[in-house]
Amino acid sequence: MSSRATLATSARVLSQLRRDSRTVALLLLVPCALVTLLKYLFVDQPLVFDRIGGPLLGLFPFIAMFLVTSITMLRERTTGTLERLMTMPLAKLDLLLGYGLAFALVAAAQATLVSVLAFGLLDLHATGPKALVVALAVANAVLGMALGLFLSAFARTEFQAVQFMPAVVFPQLLLCGLFVARQDMAQGLEVAARFLPLTYAYDALDRVTRRDVIDAGLAVDVGVVAFSAMVALGLGAATLRRRTP
Amino acid sequence: MTGPAIAVEDLRVVRGGRLALDDVSLTVHAGRVVGLLGPSGSGKSTLIRALVGVQIVESGTVLVLGRPAGSPELRRRVGYMTQAPSVYADLTVRENLRYFGRLLGVPEGRVDEMIATVALNAEADRVVARLSGGQQARASLAAALIGHPDVAVLDEPTVGLDPVLRRDLWRKFRALAAEGTTLLVSSHVMEEAAHCDELLLLREGKLLATGPVAEILARTGAPDLAEAFVRLIGEPA
Repeated sequence: MSSRATLATSARVLSQLRRDSRTVALLLLVPCALVTLLKYLFVDQPLVFDRIGGPLLGLFPFIAMFLVTSITMLRERTTGTLERLMTMPLAKLDLLLGYGLAFALVAAAQATLVSVLAFGLLDLHATGPKALVVALAVANAVLGMALGLFLSAFARTEFQAVQFMPAVVFPQLLLCGLFVARQDMAQGLEVAARFLPLTYAYDALDRVTRRDVIDAGLAVDVGVVAFSAMVALGLGAATLRRRTP
Repeated sequence: MTGPAIAVEDLRVVRGGRLALDDVSLTVHAGRVVGLLGPSGSGKSTLIRALVGVQIVESGTVLVLGRPAGSPELRRRVGYMTQAPSVYADLTVRENLRYFGRLLGVPEGRVDEMIATVALNAEADRVVARLSGGQQARASLAAALIGHPDVAVLDEPTVGLDPVLRRDLWRKFRALAAEGTTLLVSSHVMEEAAHCDELLLLREGKLLATGPVAEILARTGAPDLAEAFVRLIGEPA
C-alpha cells in the first residue's frame, strides 16, 4: 500500500468526474431540487418536512455514491483499465481508498450544498449541530460507495448495475424508518430492518436532526455504519481479482 | 540475471469451457523482439494475459525474469498493453499517462517523452474518447512503456496504424531491445514478422513453430510466412 498510489487514484477519479460536468451538476443540484420539492409538498406540515428532510440530507450521498461507484467500477472492469492496474504496483486497497477519498470529497460538497439550502433558505429545522449532518452524510457516502463497489462485480452491463439501485437501495430506504416508523411495520420487517446498514445511518441522522441526542446510541449507529462500510469494502476488495478466467 | 526473460513450460489454459492454450512451452531471451503471430482466436491474448499474470491457468509454469508471472516484484518491471485500449476514455492522453506514471513512480518529464515517442504531441490534451482507434492504441502503448519495463508484452500494438507510424514504432521497439528490453509483440498480420528476431506461431492454442523467420522459412521450404503457416498446419503432428 502506498499513499502516493492512493492519492494519484483520487486525483484521477476527480479529474474523470470533472470532465463530466453534467454529472457533477446533477450530483449537486438534484438533491437541492428534491429537498425543495419536499419543502413545498409539506408546505402546510413543517414538522413532517423536518422529520423527513433532515435525515434525507444525509442519505442523498449514500444513494448518489452507490450509483456513481457501481457504474465507474463496472467501467474499470469492462474497459480493461482494471486489468492493466492489476499488473501494476497498486494495492487493491490503494484503489479502494483512492475511490473512497475522491467520492467522500464529492459527498461532502453535495451534503454541504444541500444543507446550506435546506437550513438557510427552506427553513428546515435541526435540533443538533448541522456540521454533524454533513459529517454523517460523508460517512453514508462511503457506505454507499463500498456497497456499489461490491455489487458492481455482479453486473455485466450498466443496465444491470443501475437495477441494483432499486434492488438494494430502495428496500433499505423503505425499511429504515424514514417513511414509516419501524415499530409500526409488520414485525418481520421491523426485524429485517435491524440487519440493514441504512437503518443505522437513518437513526444516527434522526438523533442529530430531530432529537439532538449525542450519546452512546449515536456512537453505536455510526459504528455500525462504519463497520458495514468496512465489510462491504472488504467484500469489494475480494471481487477485485488480479487473475480472471 | 542471466536466465531467459520469459520461460513458459507446459502451459494449459481453459477459457469459456474450451482449451485456449494446449501445452505451450517457450523461451524468450532478454533483449529480443519476439513476434507472437497467429490468426484471431488462436490464443495470443490468452498467452499474453498469462505472461502478465492476470490469466487463471489450468497447469504449467510461467516465469518472467525468473519469477512466477504476476509476482508483486514484477509489477514495476513488466509493461502490458491490452488488446483493447485500456486507458481512461474520459481523460486526456496526458492525464492518463500522468496517472500511470505516478503509480510507477516515474518522473513527470517521462509523460512528455512518451507522448513524443508515440507521436501524440498534437493530441496530448485531447480526451481519449475523441481520438481515432489508432491514436487510442498509441496512448495505451505509451502507458505500457512509461515505466521503462524490462519486459514489454504488447497485444497488437500496431493494429490500425498507418504504415509510416507502424515503421516508426517498430524502430522504437528495436531501440528498446538494443537497450536490453525484451519485447513480446502479438499480431495477426504476417508481414510484421519481418521486424522480429524470433517468432512464435500460434494456432488453435498450440505453438506451430518457434524460431527466427529465416529458420522457419528454411525448415518449411516456403517462400513466405503465410505459406509456411499453411505448410506447418499440414504437417503431420
